[in-house]
Amino acid sequence: MSRYTAVTPDDLKEMLATIGVASLDELFDALVPEGVRLERGLELPDGMTEQDVYDHLRALAAKNVSAEDEVSFLGAGMYDSYVPALIDMLVTRSEFLTPYTPYQPEISQGGLQVMFEYQTAISELTGLPVSNASVYEGPSALAAAGYLARLANKKGKFVISRAVHPHSRETLRTLAVGYGVEVVEVPLRDGVTDPDAWAAAIDDDTSAVFFQNPNFLGAVEDAEALAGAAKNSPAVVVAQYDPITLGILAAPGEVGVDVAIGEGQQLGNRLDFGGPSFGFFAATEAYLRRMPGRIAGETKDVDGRRGFVLTLQTREQHIRREKATSNICTSQALNALAGVVYLTWLGREGIVELGDLLLQRTAYARETLAAVDGVELLHEQPVIREFAVTVDAPVDAVLERLAAAGINGGYALGRDYEEYENGLLIALTEQRTREQIDALASELGAAVAAERATVGASA
Amino acid sequence: MADGTYPEGLLYHPEHDWCQIDGDVATFGITWFAQDALGEVVFFDPPTVGDTVTKDESYAEVESVKAVSDVIAPLSGEIVEVNEGLADAPETINSDPYGDGWLVKVKLSDTSEVDSLLDQGSYVQGLG
Repeated sequence: MSRYTAVTPDDLKEMLATIGVASLDELFDALVPEGVRLERGLELPDGMTEQDVYDHLRALAAKNVSAEDEVSFLGAGMYDSYVPALIDMLVTRSEFLTPYTPYQPEISQGGLQVMFEYQTAISELTGLPVSNASVYEGPSALAAAGYLARLANKKGKFVISRAVHPHSRETLRTLAVGYGVEVVEVPLRDGVTDPDAWAAAIDDDTSAVFFQNPNFLGAVEDAEALAGAAKNSPAVVVAQYDPITLGILAAPGEVGVDVAIGEGQQLGNRLDFGGPSFGFFAATEAYLRRMPGRIAGETKDVDGRRGFVLTLQTREQHIRREKATSNICTSQALNALAGVVYLTWLGREGIVELGDLLLQRTAYARETLAAVDGVELLHEQPVIREFAVTVDAPVDAVLERLAAAGINGGYALGRDYEEYENGLLIALTEQRTREQIDALASELGAAVAAERATVGASA
Repeated sequence: MADGTYPEGLLYHPEHDWCQIDGDVATFGITWFAQDALGEVVFFDPPTVGDTVTKDESYAEVESVKAVSDVIAPLSGEIVEVNEGLADAPETINSDPYGDGWLVKVKLSDTSEVDSLLDQGSYVQGLG
């Protein structure tokens, strides 16, 4: 008998007697068909003493490398941006940190005000009139946008650029199966969505089109042209954005995007070993009643004072049951709070300055790395904060050598794109200095040269 | 409208819909009872012209401040017109359910289905 279950042998005997079987084996014989039984014990190691377990776990934990323990050029959707102390000070206040969603939400005016101000900031950033109070993360935001389109026009096909984040494409595929929509992927040309293949894929049965800007390879897409190509179709235009770049890119709402979504981590949330973070979701007014998630609205109380409510709740599952616009009726309120504090801290001018700074550092890094022997640009499209190169050596081995030098060199594109086997995606944040970029260039050059020598020696 | 009204000349479906037949085209709407049960209507989500509707099945949604409800088709056919005025003034469904608050016009595919509908007296009796 396990030490961790409360049932004593006497208890067991009594329970078995009550239901009329002689032993546990007899009970399982009666319940579990022979063909599905394992017929042997589980292959688990012997137990350890508490002190040994502690040592073991401590050794495992020591293998983790935090973004602060290395010079990181890893991005691919989540970024090592600086998080000002102001954010920790505000989000760890117990009023925000500890409460569970109140079942009478209007009792929590502060919480609703945070949602309302967050929505206002996202709405201004995207140039779209309606924002919800956030969803889980970027990929589920994109998939939810697909469901919105399906509900709105009932068409049977999604057209998605291959330059959309692999996680978003996977999530969309997973969910699209459930509501019977076919997913068609449009290939890339010169680092961006192939405009001819894109236009050719869109027809009268297209429910939604999806692109990303800047795309997964860091390239700035011609958003207006991609959105325009869907104009004469029923398709809802969905675009995934890196919110940090919206200080310098044209707002999605100004270039024909109907639904702008994306990952919010880079707004005031640390990497935290992969989450939690939040996804933003903004749309034109035409899709207001199809929005997933919660929406806070501004109102006046009986005395004419400003107040906040959860509005348009008839979309949500507690009222609409199986016809709800989404089964996510929560938001990532604490992470979204960090997001709105970050945007407020940056301000209208700060977000433009930050975009400019990233643009300049990335241009410098791209130019510097392109000059390294054995490194070539994967595409020459305009970029903002991330760019792709091809290294003339096995990229995983090159990354290992960089890691030994304390540098995280970026994301190996071959993990998701077989056509870019030795492709490397390099991201910049405002934390990366010119000296660090120069160090990356010299270490990368040395790593590629060393790997070439290894390959040469073994050939 | 303080009390329920149910015009004589219309045909009724037990799911609280009315229709008015004009040749092979019928106008559909919801009854006074339905709009009263829903409360203040804030949105009408119409079908598209050309869509097929099937008797006893949902063809549209009406959203009130309290709930979203399916609207059931009293007869089968094809949508030939939707009431565009409801987009800006959905509350017309409350204020004038048998007039300006009509929902759609349908070209009937099987006029014999009309026989299954209730007249005013039977419908009102069913309301108890």
